[in-house]
Amino acid sequence: MNEDQIVQLLILMLKGASPLIFAALGELIVEKSGVLNLGVEGMMLMGAVAGFIGASEYGFVVGIFFAMAAGVLMSLLFGVLTLSLVSNQVATGLALTIFGIGLSAFVGIPFESTKLESTIGVIEIPLLADIPLLGPLLFKHDPLLYLSIVLLALVSWFLYRTRGGLILRAVGESHDAAHALGYSVIKIRYIAVAFGGAMAGLGGAYLSLVLTPGWEQDMTAQRGWIALALVVFATWRPMRVLVGAWLFGGLTILNLWAQSQGIGLPQQLLTALPFLATIVVLVLISRDAAMIRLNAPASLGKPFHPTS
Amino acid sequence: MRVKLEPRVASSQWMRYGGPVMALAATVIVGAILFAALGKNPANGIYAFFIAPVTTLPGVADLLVKATPLVICAIGLSIGFRGNVWNIGAEGQLIVGAVCGGAMALAFYPDDGWYVLSFMVLAGMAGGMAWAAIPAFLRSRFNVNEILTSLMLTYVAIELWKYMITGPLLDPGGSSFPQSREFPPGTLFGVIFESARTSVLFAVAVILAGWLFMTRALQGFKVDVVGQAIQAAHYAGFSQRRVVWLSFLVAGGAAGLAGLIEITGPIKQLPLKFTPGYGFVAIIVAFVGRLHPVGMTIAALLMALMFLGGDELQFELNLPPAIAGMFQGLLLFFVLASEVLIRFRIRVIRSARRTAPEASQAGAGE
Repeated sequence: MNEDQIVQLLILMLKGASPLIFAALGELIVEKSGVLNLGVEGMMLMGAVAGFIGASEYGFVVGIFFAMAAGVLMSLLFGVLTLSLVSNQVATGLALTIFGIGLSAFVGIPFESTKLESTIGVIEIPLLADIPLLGPLLFKHDPLLYLSIVLLALVSWFLYRTRGGLILRAVGESHDAAHALGYSVIKIRYIAVAFGGAMAGLGGAYLSLVLTPGWEQDMTAQRGWIALALVVFATWRPMRVLVGAWLFGGLTILNLWAQSQGIGLPQQLLTALPFLATIVVLVLISRDAAMIRLNAPASLGKPFHPTS
Repeated sequence: MRVKLEPRVASSQWMRYGGPVMALAATVIVGAILFAALGKNPANGIYAFFIAPVTTLPGVADLLVKATPLVICAIGLSIGFRGNVWNIGAEGQLIVGAVCGGAMALAFYPDDGWYVLSFMVLAGMAGGMAWAAIPAFLRSRFNVNEILTSLMLTYVAIELWKYMITGPLLDPGGSSFPQSREFPPGTLFGVIFESARTSVLFAVAVILAGWLFMTRALQGFKVDVVGQAIQAAHYAGFSQRRVVWLSFLVAGGAAGLAGLIEITGPIKQLPLKFTPGYGFVAIIVAFVGRLHPVGMTIAALLMALMFLGGDELQFELNLPPAIAGMFQGLLLFFVLASEVLIRFRIRVIRSARRTAPEASQAGAGE
């Protein structure tokens, strides 16, 4: 394998990581506000299909907007049920995923196995893109991939360097204390949940507009669930999401590479590998109970109803 | 004017039973709107989805065949859900149960004495339990979130299934099409009518056992206390760890049984794909049935009807069967939304200033 091929594999790894970064960052903010939304997979699928429909009819910008809007609408459905109507978050999130799988299959029928007229294109950073090896690896990507990195930095800055981030974390740590201080817990959680929806939608759009591109039923292939696991893996810290996403992106690429090389392992084992790896990683992170307690939002998944 | 939720002093009995009925009505209405939006006749769509599948005797038999694994899985899962243990990997446990039960039939092949089916049932349940024991162990030993591990194991189980039917359990006599050989006739459950088989009796037994456990057994009460008031459970000395293990083993055994029943019915082999997501839909069944055995039985019949309705729509209106999942999710949304009315009442406040003291008095009198 020569240098060019290695660079190509690494680029594929970065691309594979992008949808996970979007979805996991969104869920991280949701969980930091104390809400557990297990509907990421459903929101991603709706984002993927809406993004593809928008892009086929009106171009990429509209497609991306459609994807985010679809994710937000799905997340607001979740928000109304869990925040306003105080329903069980786990059950509602699962219902959102099952509903999203069905609805996306349904609205996507006319668009199955159709193609986009163009590709999204790459942005080459002048001069830097010409550096050998590093240029194509770091400075020659589609705009959404850059966006995922920018959003990662923004979320990190927002959570730990702004007043808004402090309030969000306070709501997630103790909604009663935040409520007593006069913050509207429900309103803040609605905003967080909607942000999570928009990001999951973007993650889905990355799949249907850039990575595949195209629309097929269930095309997320459990990436929504892996994103949920990444949030735990990252112990709710944005920058660690990046490491986790690269690891999983790398695993997927390794899988493709191993299959093409005809390694003596059964193909099924290779396909199961990302899921087994997720379990191993979760064990390694979770066995340190003190670290989880220190980093997990203390009110995660607990219902809140303001009594006055 | 604003709308406000007020906690009820006692939960509403009327809403407890009326809520799901209203939720079903809302699902039908939304369904009709959807069909109209697609340019199909809403009445035809609703008829094809909810009524046409059960207008014939074979249809009723199919309904029982589909409802059986759903209700068995759901009752197993509901014990965990009552105890705040979130096993969402019943699909994987069901698959492993079917692999183990099927492997037992193939190991005895061509022997098909009555004992073979008994061994198959035991192997199916043991397989489901073993698969469920993994997340239970990880949760109780390493504190790993069981939601993610049980789900990830489902996808591992799917790959295990594919490996088994293309490798060790591949039909030795057939072409290389990935499936096992057919089980001998004696290893199948007997036919009652049409496609309905005696395995339906397992569903009845599980429903009864679930009801007894939840309402009459001390351990069932302990599960409820751990689920609803963990601190009270600690004071009373009820072990959370034990509830985790119990929940997973019961759910895994039930799911394994459901998988075994599925392959010893009309399918009678290990095919490439045999479950339309029973393990996932069973979660919906559990919540739509409000974690009560009778409610879950009704919910399982309803979800089975939606599976059949999905097939019917594909046949009649050329819509994808995935639409069944959409209706199933929709119904669960409405049931979850209606649940708020059990614990809260909705009050519309016209002008917030004057009526506030009045409102709080009225609320206390409820």
